[in-house]
Amino acid sequence: MPVAECAFFRAAQSGKRDVMDLTVSDLTIARGGVPVLAGLGFVLQPGHALILRGPNGIGKTTLLRTIAGLQPPVSGQITGAEERIAYAAHADGIKPTLTVAENLRFWARVFGAGGIQPALEAFDLTTLAERQAGSLSAGQKRRLGLARLLVTGRPVWVLDEPTVSLDTRAVAMFADAVRAHLAWGGSALIATHIDLGLEAEVLDVTPFKATLAPVAGETDFDEAFL
Amino acid sequence: MIALLLRDLRLAVRAGGGFGLGLAFFLIVTVMVPFAVGPQSALLSSIAPGVLWLGALLACLLSLDRLLALDWEDGSLDLLATAPLPLEATVTVKALAHWITTGLPLVLAAPVLGVLLNLPQPGYFWLVVSLAAGTPALSVIGTFGAALTVGLKRGGLLMSLLVLPLYVPTLIFGAEVARRGAVGMETATPLLMLAGISAGTLALLPFASAAVLRVNLR
Repeated sequence: MPVAECAFFRAAQSGKRDVMDLTVSDLTIARGGVPVLAGLGFVLQPGHALILRGPNGIGKTTLLRTIAGLQPPVSGQITGAEERIAYAAHADGIKPTLTVAENLRFWARVFGAGGIQPALEAFDLTTLAERQAGSLSAGQKRRLGLARLLVTGRPVWVLDEPTVSLDTRAVAMFADAVRAHLAWGGSALIATHIDLGLEAEVLDVTPFKATLAPVAGETDFDEAFL
Repeated sequence: MIALLLRDLRLAVRAGGGFGLGLAFFLIVTVMVPFAVGPQSALLSSIAPGVLWLGALLACLLSLDRLLALDWEDGSLDLLATAPLPLEATVTVKALAHWITTGLPLVLAAPVLGVLLNLPQPGYFWLVVSLAAGTPALSVIGTFGAALTVGLKRGGLLMSLLVLPLYVPTLIFGAEVARRGAVGMETATPLLMLAGISAGTLALLPFASAAVLRVNLR
């Protein structure tokens, strides 16, 4: 069972479990200067997964980018995110002229984590390892993008629509990987529209939709140029 | 950091990576100058240092728009920003990779192209020295320009307009070293200024580039 091996491998590698919660409290986030979600709060404990739901444009991606530290929140606090997050977005960050193994090995080295073999096995990429990533299908690229999560060794996975262009078998593979990650003591925050078959809490962000008032008075003059 | 450097170098030499593009551009520009100004060897040898420096500068500019834009397009930049590597280190390594793939070949090729422009004999040494001291500044300033325009569609032209004025001090002192060297004058003052510009930009601009990149990634 490659996925279980993989979890075992990483647990052995890091030696200790991560026991910090990811806490989000009273968070207001904005996209393009317009607040999209306000007053949002949740706690994500190790070993748990949280599924984010909500209609298109509600601000799920903005929320995940804010938690990943790519943009600052308008107000509110995020604790337990610093240097602990593996982020996966719509774009997989794959270089088409590198092989599958080279792509993965690069991220493994950047994150200072171990070998790539368990990650290749978990997403059934072993036979594709020497193929140029540019010649992969959309689903295979996505599997490579998700395999990257395993080589980061980070405890909190922040995933934005991870199952796009995956077939049912690959979705099951992904769900197995998430389960192994949770069993290891990691946690996952996943924005998705499909049922992954995970035992996870579901947070619908629709009630937190911000009333469409621009953040007047809160943006200073300099901010207008950023 | 070494992983990122190796990846960037590997990407540059793979298909479509653009390695040698700047060098070929430099070669063509230098070859075309005698066609434009005519075959007067005295005139050519007096303008050679300036032409070679201008050619090297434009060749450097040519490969800047792919420096960060490609990483932004495929999402790598977002992932690098969330990686343990500080963004300052990332942009420094990217500038270094750009220098190794663009600046260094220009330095090495310049003496060969000097022959085509009838560069006076004492000028070869100083041409190489001035390019070696000045091209790192071109890469670092260029990375700043690339960070400013990352995320803009067709940002290449805007980046050229932003970066070229910033190249002016490097060009003035670099060409001055090469020109003085060619006519056998003392070169210490402009060379020190040139090296100072390189060292100063290398020390300060990565912080500016990283700050700009953080804003652009929002």
